[in-house]
Amino acid sequence: MTLRTVWRKSLNLVMLSLTGVCALITVSALVVILGYLAKNGATALHWTFFTNLPAPVGETGGGIANAIAGSAKLLLLAALVGVPIGLLGAIYVAEYASPVPAFVVRYATDLLNGVPSIVMGIFAWTVVVVPMHSFSAYAGGFALGVMMIPIILRSSEEFLRTVPRSLREGAMALGTSKWRTIATVVVPAAASGIVTAILLSLSRVAGETAPLLFTAFGNRFWSHGWNEPVASLPVVIYTYAVSPYDDWHRQAWAAGLVLLGLVLVTNLVCRALLARRATQRR
Amino acid sequence: MEATTTTVGPAGTGWHPQALVRRLRNGDAIAHTVTLIFAASILLITVLLVSQLWIHSAPSRAKFGWNFLHTSTWDPVFDNYGALPFLYGTVVTTLVSLVIAVPLGLGAAIFLAELAPPKLSAGLSYVIDLLAAVPSVIYGLLAIFTLVPFMSKTVEPFLKKTLGDLPFFKGPTYGVGFLTAGLVLSVMIVPFIVSVSREVLLSVPADQREAALSLGATRWETTWKVVVPYARSGIMGSVFLSMARALGETMAVTMVIGNTPQISASLFSPGYTIAAVIANEFTEATGDMYLSALIELGLVLFLLTFILNGVAQLMIMLSERRGGGGQRG
Amino acid sequence: MGISFSAKPVMEKETPVTTVTVAPKETAASSSSRMSVKDLNFYYGKIQSLFHVSVEIATNKVTALIGPSGCGKSTLLRTLNRMHETISHTRLNGKILLDGNDILTQDVTRLRRRVGMVFQRPNPFPKSIFDNVAYGLRVNGHAGSLKEHVERSLHRAALWEEVKDRLHKSAYSLSGGQQQRLCIARALAVDPEVILLDEPCSALDPVSTAKIEELLFQLKENCTIVIVTHNMQQAARVSDSTAFMLLGELIEFKPTPQLFTTPGDPRTEAYITGRFG
Repeated sequence: MTLRTVWRKSLNLVMLSLTGVCALITVSALVVILGYLAKNGATALHWTFFTNLPAPVGETGGGIANAIAGSAKLLLLAALVGVPIGLLGAIYVAEYASPVPAFVVRYATDLLNGVPSIVMGIFAWTVVVVPMHSFSAYAGGFALGVMMIPIILRSSEEFLRTVPRSLREGAMALGTSKWRTIATVVVPAAASGIVTAILLSLSRVAGETAPLLFTAFGNRFWSHGWNEPVASLPVVIYTYAVSPYDDWHRQAWAAGLVLLGLVLVTNLVCRALLARRATQRR
Repeated sequence: MEATTTTVGPAGTGWHPQALVRRLRNGDAIAHTVTLIFAASILLITVLLVSQLWIHSAPSRAKFGWNFLHTSTWDPVFDNYGALPFLYGTVVTTLVSLVIAVPLGLGAAIFLAELAPPKLSAGLSYVIDLLAAVPSVIYGLLAIFTLVPFMSKTVEPFLKKTLGDLPFFKGPTYGVGFLTAGLVLSVMIVPFIVSVSREVLLSVPADQREAALSLGATRWETTWKVVVPYARSGIMGSVFLSMARALGETMAVTMVIGNTPQISASLFSPGYTIAAVIANEFTEATGDMYLSALIELGLVLFLLTFILNGVAQLMIMLSERRGGGGQRG
Repeated sequence: MGISFSAKPVMEKETPVTTVTVAPKETAASSSSRMSVKDLNFYYGKIQSLFHVSVEIATNKVTALIGPSGCGKSTLLRTLNRMHETISHTRLNGKILLDGNDILTQDVTRLRRRVGMVFQRPNPFPKSIFDNVAYGLRVNGHAGSLKEHVERSLHRAALWEEVKDRLHKSAYSLSGGQQQRLCIARALAVDPEVILLDEPCSALDPVSTAKIEELLFQLKENCTIVIVTHNMQQAARVSDSTAFMLLGELIEFKPTPQLFTTPGDPRTEAYITGRFG
């Protein structure tokens, strides 16, 4: 065995081990995140945490009830914007569009997908906050909804495309018109995939903070209706984390644990649904 | 003699043909139009977004012109704005994050694609993909309370002691600054690099590897000299995509970068990024010019990410066409 | 074969009929051709795949289309219910008549209710067995009891006994042969006058194949059947008339016993004696 061979073999061993180390480091990041959140946030997790409003500065016992309600409001509005446009747009691209319009729509969608979330916030500010002269759930919901569109459209389009041609032909041979075939055969066949796309996009925007900073803004109390500033989970985490108060820091950890928990659970459920769907297809 | 068709059906029922036919025929036209309208609304939103950025940044663009991009003042009192510190901070933090994340991510991807048994590879990939779902603000939360003290007490003093002669590692070690922000960013973009690179590497045809191995190459040599180059454009595409993501990251960065508009060679010093300054100062902006300058910053950021994303998509498309590269579209 | 075609390309007015379901159908014109194809040329883009094809499809009989791969038999079949229109860049010229009326001028969804199709691979919808059979009924605005109609169709497809206790289970829980019979039931549910079968048994095992062939004998009492098959023995077994096609042309069309025992064209003879195809 020459020296060169020894060198090559050692290099082989070293580099391959290093790649294993890289993988280990990357994976452990998630473990570290979860670990710290659990350790630091668990102490503040009391059921009152979920039912109380924020307490005045210096007082303990504050909660995130309004933030949870606010996030729910924002997600509802976001879904109202994102789901119809994303899903119907996907149906257009997958079923009706000729190549050029399809390309244009896809390109615009990808463009939207790449817009930084803070810029999306600016956009929502210019088209909703400015005309309405106030921060509102509408503005925040709009920003989040527009962010949902690309995710829903691209995923739904994929799932619609995987519905086999034979199913469409079977329906059309029975005298079904095209739109009816799409509505009663194609979309139902792609349904579980589309639902997971919607859920995943919701969980993604649920964690977005930047677009809400000057659209929904924030609120230490309940917001009434849809036209007022509204608290949200991620903004509360941010505000508390950068504040100088220890109690707020603790609440930030706890709220972070709640948010991450919701996001991860949604992701795991969706992945399980997709995996089951993959094995169910004949 | 008129041919008639007879229909067989249960007594007393029929198909109501004429009305049905009319309804069905119009139904398709309606469906096409409705879905077209919704798809077109996406175009409308995109156009509106760009136009709003352009319009609202007009005062600032008119006043400062191209100087905006290379002036360093940020003076709300005298309405004098220059974007250079923020551009600098954005670029530096992104570069730092890439320097850390690309080797780390590529290494992990190589491990997962070439070395790990399939089940382990799938399982670890699953976990790494979950990392991509963690919200930015959570990364920031962790960074503020755990990373920053760690950096200021351990890592940065260590770097200063060992590499302190380099201009990058001079100055007080606050813990907040370019280095910490770059580090947080790297953790955030690593999952994308890993998952795209892994797919790209897995799609390299087996016969490429076999050819190299049969010539006596070691596993590492095969991977590094044959497989990775073959998948090069797909991997580059993932890097550009991650770059675009890092540029636009707001929350985690603003929590650990120190929020000081300054340009400094040292990675220890606090700085500012475009996204961070918009996030912090937008609601405080008192004048029209102030707001306009911030929105112009948003326009700059948009253009930067637009270009990077475009390049990334091109590279991924090129690698797909070549048949040996990326599968992500 | 009687030749009778109306010169009026008129939209049919359907009159509800109170006949009992399994009575044999006869048209007022007493034409024995349910469908006619006259001088049909068919193109995929620039490539012509059918050349001057003319054939008469006799009422309540089974007509088979045979020939080697690529001869155009499936293409021809698909024009009979205008399914070729689901593929872009196809065009044709010539006449295709249903009961004397040009199908190309009629509303296509109505046409497809009258001329049904069963495909090569079973393609039931991801719905329950019941919903599969009922699909065509629901879509076409059927009034009246769905249950009875579904049951009748499943009987006609010789599937009722096997599925009557699990109508609400997924269609995918059935075997391949059962799924194909389900597709036949689904096509039958809308009471078509013609059923087109495109190599319906090629994906099935011999037992299922035999069941379906048996089915065809019963079905043809009420239905005109056109079947494409690459299996000559099957054509010989089930069909009344057979058309042999080669490279887009209809070479020979005769009553089945004659075609197989005394073919007129040497190419037909070469094919059926196994010299090619």
